[in-house]
Amino acid sequence: MLEMLRKGAEAGHSAFARNLGIPLALELFEGHQVNTSAAERRAASLITRRTMKKEYQAAWLVKAVQCIDLTTLAGDDTPGRVHRLCAKAMRPLRDDIVEGLKLSAMPKVGAVCVYPSMVSHAVKALKGSGIPVASVATGFPAGLTPLALRLGEIKYAVEEGAAEIDIVIFRSLVLRGEWAALFDEVAAMREACGPAHMKAILATGDLKTLRNDYKASMVAMQAGADFIKTSTGKEDVNATLSVSLTMLRALRDYGAATGFDVGFKPAGGLKTAKDAMNWLILMKEELGRRWLEPDLFRIGASSMLADIERQLEYFITGRYAALSHQPIA
Amino acid sequence: MPTVDDVLQSMDYGPAPESNTHVQNWLKAHEKGFGHFVGGGFTPLRGKQIEVFNPANGEKLAQVAHGTAADVDSAVAAAASAYKLWGKLSGFERAKHLYALARHIQKRERFLAVLETMDNGKTIRESRDIDIPLVARHFYHHAGWAQLLETEFKGYQSLGVCGQIIPWNFPLLMLAWKIAPALAAGNTVVLKPAEFTPLTALAFAELCTEAGLPPGVVNIITGDGETGAALVAHKGVAKIAFTGSTEVGKIIRAQTAGSGKKLSLELGGKSPFIVFEDADIDAAVEGVVDAVWFNQGQVCCAGTRLLVQEGIHDSFMRKLVKRMETLRVGDPLDKSNDMGPLVDPIQLNRVRAMVSRGEEEGGTLIQSKCVLPEKGNYFVPSLFVDVEPASTVMRDEIFGPVVSAMTFRTPDDAATLANHTRFGLAASIWSENINVALDAAARVQAGIVWINSTNLFDAAAGFGGYKESGFGREGGREGLYEYLVADWIAAAPLAKASKSLSFNVSSSGPKASAAGVDRTAKMYFGGKQARPDTGYSYGVENRQGQRIGEAGLGERKDIRNAVEAAVKASAWSSVSAHNRAQVIYFIAENLSARATEFANRLREMGSSASAAKREVQTALQRIFYYAGWADKYDGHIHSTNTKRQTTLAFNEPFGVMGLACPNEAPLLAMVSLAFPALAMGNRIIVIPSQTQPLIATDFYQILDTSDVPAGAFNIITGEGNKLAKILAEHDEVAAVWYHGDAAGSALVEKAASGNVKSTWVNNGKFVDWHNLSQGQGPEYLRRATQVKNIWIPYGE
Repeated sequence: MLEMLRKGAEAGHSAFARNLGIPLALELFEGHQVNTSAAERRAASLITRRTMKKEYQAAWLVKAVQCIDLTTLAGDDTPGRVHRLCAKAMRPLRDDIVEGLKLSAMPKVGAVCVYPSMVSHAVKALKGSGIPVASVATGFPAGLTPLALRLGEIKYAVEEGAAEIDIVIFRSLVLRGEWAALFDEVAAMREACGPAHMKAILATGDLKTLRNDYKASMVAMQAGADFIKTSTGKEDVNATLSVSLTMLRALRDYGAATGFDVGFKPAGGLKTAKDAMNWLILMKEELGRRWLEPDLFRIGASSMLADIERQLEYFITGRYAALSHQPIA
Repeated sequence: MPTVDDVLQSMDYGPAPESNTHVQNWLKAHEKGFGHFVGGGFTPLRGKQIEVFNPANGEKLAQVAHGTAADVDSAVAAAASAYKLWGKLSGFERAKHLYALARHIQKRERFLAVLETMDNGKTIRESRDIDIPLVARHFYHHAGWAQLLETEFKGYQSLGVCGQIIPWNFPLLMLAWKIAPALAAGNTVVLKPAEFTPLTALAFAELCTEAGLPPGVVNIITGDGETGAALVAHKGVAKIAFTGSTEVGKIIRAQTAGSGKKLSLELGGKSPFIVFEDADIDAAVEGVVDAVWFNQGQVCCAGTRLLVQEGIHDSFMRKLVKRMETLRVGDPLDKSNDMGPLVDPIQLNRVRAMVSRGEEEGGTLIQSKCVLPEKGNYFVPSLFVDVEPASTVMRDEIFGPVVSAMTFRTPDDAATLANHTRFGLAASIWSENINVALDAAARVQAGIVWINSTNLFDAAAGFGGYKESGFGREGGREGLYEYLVADWIAAAPLAKASKSLSFNVSSSGPKASAAGVDRTAKMYFGGKQARPDTGYSYGVENRQGQRIGEAGLGERKDIRNAVEAAVKASAWSSVSAHNRAQVIYFIAENLSARATEFANRLREMGSSASAAKREVQTALQRIFYYAGWADKYDGHIHSTNTKRQTTLAFNEPFGVMGLACPNEAPLLAMVSLAFPALAMGNRIIVIPSQTQPLIATDFYQILDTSDVPAGAFNIITGEGNKLAKILAEHDEVAAVWYHGDAAGSALVEKAASGNVKSTWVNNGKFVDWHNLSQGQGPEYLRRATQVKNIWIPYGE
């Protein structure tokens, strides 16, 4: 079975077997070591080792646009605000920029990410665009509501039309090393997601150590996560390159052991075009070309898009662009 | 140029060339070629010249002068003239000059990075992010030392003109490592860059003028090995600092023997990269990349012997081989390349030949499948597996992007394999267990140890090797000493030849006193008394020329036996310093109990009663002094330039040391040499005064009763210079001190070139052993130790 899935995964570019998870395998992570200083050195040097210029840089920025989960997760979200965001998701770049880049089509973002009660508004606004709606769930951001309610929230969001669910894990289970309990919870969430793809948010800012990040990544993947995601955006420390590197290594090790390709989503604190490039470089260097597509890579961001637009405008005109010239989301 | 849509499909990086317009303009301005930089200006270019090429495409970049002995002569004269003022400047004044140099380097950092890349072939990422920032850092750091020198190095003075010869692998960085400490200490320099890569040194010469450095303080002579040899041989040079191959280092050691020149050598390596099963494997794989595929592997401290614990070997190799595939090799000015070309076709051919040899010997060669540019001296990242300790590629320095891998079973096995080499420059150790990591760091014989990291450099830490990787350190407090001399050594007069005592093998006169039972002085090694291997003794006379006894006539085999005993006594080097102090105090206690007997022996040898008593009392005091020092000669924690990292500089014993004692003050001089060495944990072979050996042979009775472990203190009597030479030639002996005549000093230094031993000789100068500022002091402890810097990044 695994072998078959592995072959399926290798054969297709876009079509690949969804991660089915495996029974909890402690041996895949229990003794695993992560050296923090070394991870930081690698992360710091990696982004100085690659750079893109001109058309290449423009293309990589467009790629970043295609991978963005355009997000609004604020207490003051309203249907009107979600509608505006969806409009931006469908036309993330100005027509003159698309033309200037000689793109064959207007790019689309990876998804629009909202709270469960905003899903129906987003689904309506994005109708016919092919852009999926992602919903956070499971007591986002802290994840401390009772399990039954957390699972019920997932089902609600799926029923409302969310195609992707960004769940948060119960951090206590990581901090106390209760791996079987964590596995069971995440597996239950995955089941509740049904056909919707599940992104497991580890909230690495709460887990603190890279070792915890690795282990939590492994358990989430073994429990069937389609994506692993760094942060809710609400922790003190959001996505960092060294955390991302550690999670990617877990993802690679899991792939080598099971044949499943799992996606990755950094979120929180990614604000600039430079951030987008850094993470794309990280993906390509650590996992390869395949992980530069939205089915395996997403960037959780809200303000990043405007900075990318400015950079693209500069590429076309040679003049530095103003933020106010980019359509607001 | 592909369209944006095309790139969206390929997601290639595309070309990202660093502009070299500024450098091209500079080269064009110097199209007629570069003369030498002497006395603050460039000499006219004439005579033989050397063409300098870009290793990435074979294009000629410039032509430079081929320095002759006459050129060297004028440069040394300029440096000597500048020294008169520079050497007298206050620390603050020198600090301001070094600070200005650092500032000027920073202002030109990109220019220097691009020039270095074009000249050497290293990638722009490395020259921009590693080499040039470290160059500036070195000058900043040493600006500080210039000012602190007077207070932090009391009792030391500058040397004069320093001759410095640097290699082509880190041209400007090696220049900084040489020039910054030399200038900080108050010396002036004549530096010869490598013939392949002279350009950044010449650009630096221009910076010296711009920064207002007084003329003649820095002089740059371009040329090849012939030019270097002229510099090494020059009589006006007080010190030679060389970085390069072990082969040339040995030649320089032999060539400078007896010249009185101070010498530091930073030579080759074949450093172990040890991965324990509890390491962060992904981190260690990246470590190999930074160890071996950094600067195309043209790095003396590259961790090219990959030792992986057997249980993780397969998974480690799978990851490593996969990682090799993402290395990008190509135009070094392209900001997205990881590796550029080797420095020269000669080097490329050398690497190719070594790799062929490795395959012929049965190694399996795994190479990255990357496509190389058509032109240029490129070589693909390479890995050898299925190699044995005896394989050429496991044993010899390749100086290219090639790593050879082996497995080990246990930490003991790892230490044995790691140390089974002629070299001892660096080691990289990967384990998440602090016990495993620090134990390995302590056991590996190397001057630099990186834990869970590799190829970290900083001006605040010493860099330099053990064994045939050379001696002396560059950087940090320990590096400064290489450019200083103790005031008392600088002021020491030549010793007068001893008249009354002669070494006479065939002496056969009647004894001065026939009373009592006849005593036989023997050799002493391995904790036992032994007759000389040859069965010969020689007569020992007192100052009146009367025969007072016989001593064993030591020969080659006695030295061999003593060294063997000392090698076995390794426990002495690893017991606690407190334990060593206890033993040394006990020796003093026992000598004290027999003070009269020893004074009588000195009287018998011709000392006056008061002189004899004084010598014994001073000897006792000295033994106490070093017992006191045994647990106090602490290392340092260097403030290296990274957060969450500690760099520990340990003062480690050499291991086995040979000590040749002078004829004067036979008890006190021996004690003054033996006890600092012993206190620091060395096992010693003492060659006592050849004319007055009986005080030393009496001394072994003290050793026998003082819990001195067998083999820690060995005594071989006989003809001093002859025995000293045998010791200096012995490859198990790591350091030799010699006190005697100038000829013997030269003999020892020359013989020491065989395994690049550390030597400390008196060059025939006189030491007043009774004088507390000459006969004892931390200088002796420093000379009895070698500094091991252990880098420990930490953090969770």
